[in-house]
Amino acid sequence: MAIRLNKDDERRKIKRMTGAQAFVQALIDTDVDTVFGYPGGAVLSIYDALYDAPIRHILVRHEQGAAHAADGYARATGRPGVCLATSGPGATNLVTGIATAYMDSIPMVAFTGNVAQGLLGTDAFQEADITGITLPVTKHNYLVRSAKDLPKVIREAFHIASTGRPGPVLVDLPKDISIAQVDYEYPETVDLPGYKPTYKGHIRQILEAAYAISAAEKPLLYVGGGAVASGAHELLAQLAEKTNIPVTTTLMGLGAFPGTHRLFLGMLGMHGTVAANWAVCECDLLIAVGARFDDRVTGKLDQFAPNAKVIHIDIDPAEIGKNVPVDIPIVGDVAAVLEVLLEKVSPKSANAWLTQVEQWKQEYPLAYDKPETGELMPQEAIETLYKKTAGKAVVAGDVWQHQMWIAQYYKFDNPRHHLSSGGLGTMGYGFPAAIGAAVAKPDAEVWAVCGDGSFQMNAQELSTAATYDIPVKIMIINNSYLGMVRQWQELFFRQRYSNSHLMPNPDFVKLAEAHGVPGVTVKNRAQLEEAVHTAQNTSGPYLIDVHVVPEANVFPMVPAGGALSDMVGIRGRLES
Amino acid sequence: MKHTISIQVYNHSGVLARVAGLFSRRGYNIESIAVGVTEDPDISRMTIVVEGDEHIVEQITKNVHKLIDVLKVSDISQEDTVDRELALIKVAADTSNRSDILQIVDIFRAHIVDVSEKSVVVEIVGDEQKLEAIIQLLRPYGIKELTRTGKISMVRGSKPQSIPSRRIASA
Repeated sequence: MAIRLNKDDERRKIKRMTGAQAFVQALIDTDVDTVFGYPGGAVLSIYDALYDAPIRHILVRHEQGAAHAADGYARATGRPGVCLATSGPGATNLVTGIATAYMDSIPMVAFTGNVAQGLLGTDAFQEADITGITLPVTKHNYLVRSAKDLPKVIREAFHIASTGRPGPVLVDLPKDISIAQVDYEYPETVDLPGYKPTYKGHIRQILEAAYAISAAEKPLLYVGGGAVASGAHELLAQLAEKTNIPVTTTLMGLGAFPGTHRLFLGMLGMHGTVAANWAVCECDLLIAVGARFDDRVTGKLDQFAPNAKVIHIDIDPAEIGKNVPVDIPIVGDVAAVLEVLLEKVSPKSANAWLTQVEQWKQEYPLAYDKPETGELMPQEAIETLYKKTAGKAVVAGDVWQHQMWIAQYYKFDNPRHHLSSGGLGTMGYGFPAAIGAAVAKPDAEVWAVCGDGSFQMNAQELSTAATYDIPVKIMIINNSYLGMVRQWQELFFRQRYSNSHLMPNPDFVKLAEAHGVPGVTVKNRAQLEEAVHTAQNTSGPYLIDVHVVPEANVFPMVPAGGALSDMVGIRGRLES
Repeated sequence: MKHTISIQVYNHSGVLARVAGLFSRRGYNIESIAVGVTEDPDISRMTIVVEGDEHIVEQITKNVHKLIDVLKVSDISQEDTVDRELALIKVAADTSNRSDILQIVDIFRAHIVDVSEKSVVVEIVGDEQKLEAIIQLLRPYGIKELTRTGKISMVRGSKPQSIPSRRIASA
């Protein structure tokens, strides 16, 4: 595809090619192996260049699926996920997926076609100002104005997406860019004077943190997604063990600390465990590690960790002091900071505080009542999955009730195994994200656990899974309701179930079969165990429609606007 | 309180929208904004005046730091600065009161840059207080049109105007 120029150019590896070929070549030079996308008019040249390129392209059935699949690929591996869409509606369909990645700091590079530069801003057919639209939901974005900039822009886009606090970057490619002729030269370095993330924490601050840890009587580690992003899980476990400090994580932090560890208290926040939330209320030192004090974590802000001195370790200086005043801020990469902190901190033995939180853990475990009718409880379904997969599966959850039950009942021992839309709370995320994870890690057991509402938001991706025989196992927690909406209507809107009942739902097994995906409906525990077993022994995708008790609630729960100490349902049901 | 924020940015399209977006998403109204190239033609300086809660302005400023096209940011509200703004003021004036207006213009060391039968255009350069003062004095004659450039500022003395943008990052 390339014509060599003179000797000088050959030495500098300059090749003449089209913009579309330069695009593909730059992806290859950036070590991209997979692109999730959907073709269209403005990217025809790019798709032509992809046709015989050594890059795997997964054709999704809706661009939102491409964005979520790229996100799932990124969360499962830590490498930036890549998606590609055409101009206009193709580009706007990516937006929810990009915003999902942005809120959870997931590295992703999204490419969009656009109309030719001469038509930009004229309301041309399938034109959308996608750089304008995605301005607030990307870490950075580019509108490529010259084909010769392509290699540099692509190199920079991947650098920005995957360094510092990761996030999505969008690159918009007007149609004339992809057909222009260009002398291709891949830049050896990235030169961005305005972008210099701080990795190393300030030593004086770290020493102060080490001192505060020694002085504290009731310290608590509060761990977020930043610990996963920086690969700090081993250092974190060493720190907790050396100091005997109990650990709670956010939804995004699940797996950053082993879920079965003696020091683990479970997730905190709105649907956190009693032990975790009470520990926050009682602690005298809160060590926030790559977490951002989200409102679902803190509840009422002025009553959050009221007795605690706060250490906040985060790579993003704009997160320090955003929601909660911080006593010891440490700006830096979590792993880099923990490495030094671990060395400087003195060992501590188990104390009365640890006995106290362990007692809470014993006394108030997560609980639910099983109905005498033998119907399945949704929590039971997650517990069954946990048991049958030995806690080793990659589980992509969708959003709302079942998302919380996954967080509560699937004890993730390893990072990058729990994929969930934490910040944006995007229904329809789970299934395409699971496809992305399964493509990235063909040897892993990957489950998409979806609500019956969430699954229908991206059910079209059954075709994608079937086409490529992607071994995603789907478990639908089917309660025929938008369960969390129903729960809030039950608790706060006098049981007026406005538009939350999903009857009649489609027959999900027939829906799957229509796409060429086998499946089964189950209604009790024995059937479920057998179905999971069948799914595990099926080479391609498989769907299990699990009918559960329709009106189960997620407990414990901190009512909206309440403090963590205002938890209700601490025995798994509302106390009368 | 009122904040004056000085930002050095790369001259890329969209950078103004990126900076402005960080203010608008918090519901903050930018009171004035002045942009122009610096001694380096690739780099522009924005001077933004915004009224708001100190904590929130600080958080916005930190987010401005994070923009890839932003090189330096500093809140120079507390610094000792030279502040200038230019205004053009079209005042109703006829033969009966033109000399009164001229007197005011002289006192403020402003200029008349256009005269017609029924109006004069006054050009004034100064800090905000000076501009407010002359506007106040001219108002009784009838201000027909008023346009202001927005404030630009420079820190006094030989030290560079801006703190390095990543100072907060290493704190």
